[in-house]
Amino acid sequence: MKVNKNIVKKQLLGSNEKMGLLPKIFLYGLLIAIGFVYLQPVIYMIVNSLLSPEELTDPTVGWVPRSIYFGNYIKAFDTLDFMKSFGNSLLMSVGPALLQTASAAFVGFGLARFRIKFKPFWFVMIVSTFLIPDQIIKIPRYVMYYSYGLVETMWSTYLPATFGQGLKSAIFILIFYQFFASYPKALDEAAQIDGCNKFQIFYKIALPTASPAIILSIVTSLVLYWNETSQASMFLGEKFATLPVQLGIFADRYSALYGDDKVLNELTRLNESVTLAGTLLSMLPVLVLYLIVQRKFIQSVEMTGIAGE
Amino acid sequence: MKKKNKEKKPLSFAAREQIAGYAFLSPWIIGFLIFTLYPVLFSIAMSFCAVKITGTGIDLSWKGLEYYKQALTIDPWFNINLGEMVFFIACFTPVIIVLSLIIAVLLNNKFRGRSMFRAIYFLPVIIMSGPVISSLLTKKTFVFSDAIPGVYDFLNSLPDTLASPATYILDNLTLILWFSGIQILIFLAGLQKINPNLYEAASIDGAGTWEKFWKITLPHMKGLAIICTVYTIVDLTNYTESSVNKRITSFIFDGGGKIYSFSAAMSWVVFVCVMLILGIVCLTFFLFGREKKK
Repeated sequence: MKVNKNIVKKQLLGSNEKMGLLPKIFLYGLLIAIGFVYLQPVIYMIVNSLLSPEELTDPTVGWVPRSIYFGNYIKAFDTLDFMKSFGNSLLMSVGPALLQTASAAFVGFGLARFRIKFKPFWFVMIVSTFLIPDQIIKIPRYVMYYSYGLVETMWSTYLPATFGQGLKSAIFILIFYQFFASYPKALDEAAQIDGCNKFQIFYKIALPTASPAIILSIVTSLVLYWNETSQASMFLGEKFATLPVQLGIFADRYSALYGDDKVLNELTRLNESVTLAGTLLSMLPVLVLYLIVQRKFIQSVEMTGIAGE
Repeated sequence: MKKKNKEKKPLSFAAREQIAGYAFLSPWIIGFLIFTLYPVLFSIAMSFCAVKITGTGIDLSWKGLEYYKQALTIDPWFNINLGEMVFFIACFTPVIIVLSLIIAVLLNNKFRGRSMFRAIYFLPVIIMSGPVISSLLTKKTFVFSDAIPGVYDFLNSLPDTLASPATYILDNLTLILWFSGIQILIFLAGLQKINPNLYEAASIDGAGTWEKFWKITLPHMKGLAIICTVYTIVDLTNYTESSVNKRITSFIFDGGGKIYSFSAAMSWVVFVCVMLILGIVCLTFFLFGREKKK
């Protein structure tokens, strides 16, 4: 009897090697519960974006739509001016992400591999750029760009990224710093004996070892730039309106396209479903990207040790 | 002559190191001067001056503290919005840190479907943007009072100083979770770095899961917790949908003759507040660290 009890106990509570049944249930329960709170808005969005106007106003329709209706997506597609905005979004996220990664790697290498004077000072400055809020920088930058004719050109986003002042650049510089500080100095010396100059060491030896950091930096920057709206709507204007920017002015665009509330009736008016379809469309490209690179991305997070020691 | 050259050689090597290092740093320094330092100084100047855009450039005329006075004493909304922001940061930050640590510890276990759960929990990092959040949050997000009404009745029976933050946190639980993506990422990366031998040694000595968490996991996470806290506070400050940021943005262009300046003054007030909060937080971490050592 006693032995049996022990086996049952081991099964339920687990041992050192294996997780028991009870902790497992607890773990899954907690993860699913939190996951539900996480995903609930997204699920709600997907379901409701598929409702036809009749079904939306029908209180008997709850979580499961009776039929799938794609009309909202067609309307949202036109309202967002999807193809053009998508192009803008790509232009305004891929380019800056690559430039930001390149500059962060460059600067991070400089900080990690050379015994330069005033290094702590530069570290403090780099961290301070992270602390300065957006609102402070935004207005003077706008005035500056305005006086040099850079407003509504892509340079207003590309130039800061090139010079290491893009969105949350400090984080990426620190990630690269950490990565480059960790490989042995002997590699550099060997390369130098073989006739490499410092720049060759950077791109022939340091960069190829840094692929996790590069992936992490490109993906994160891309997403940051994709989702950025406050600077984008100010500096780029309508000419380069990205998907999230268009989403911010969705209602105005809708009435400009289909007429305002006086013209439209109950069924053609801008309703929740169309807005949700627009929201979903605007984040679909990054969502797809994430699903593709997800595994690699998480691996790189673990390998770079994003946070430092 | 020869001697001098010999003396110079090691020096020139060090100098070359300096030059090479600064060459790598130079893009950042140039960018910092142009795109960060200059705007910051300009913003300070603007907050003290009236700005006029003329055909040839920008005219600044000294106004002293006028815009700050306006923001803090005359403007009917700014103080309220500022208070809301401080309340928002004070309520959200601790919850975000604790929740993301718990989620990271859960995700760090080995179980089936781990990668799927990870993918779900990092989703907010991917889709977080101002308009997306605002369109999601005005719609039906998870409402606690519907799911567990008993909790609300209990909370409302508490004194108001306790009840209002607690209900605020519960009402915005989805938003809190959505703000904790990066923090989960940071904690998870940190958890991976803890030497597994430590846990093994602890189990041999008879420590349970609970003790291992308090004695091994938590002390290792302290440094990361500071980083996460700073990150969270900065992130919450930059949240475009917060009322204070909306107020600042609304005055950028139609300030009624006080273009830029009024916004700039308000931004600096917010900045000083956030720096104070950060200072308090860092001090608390510092003091806590010392107490433990004793």
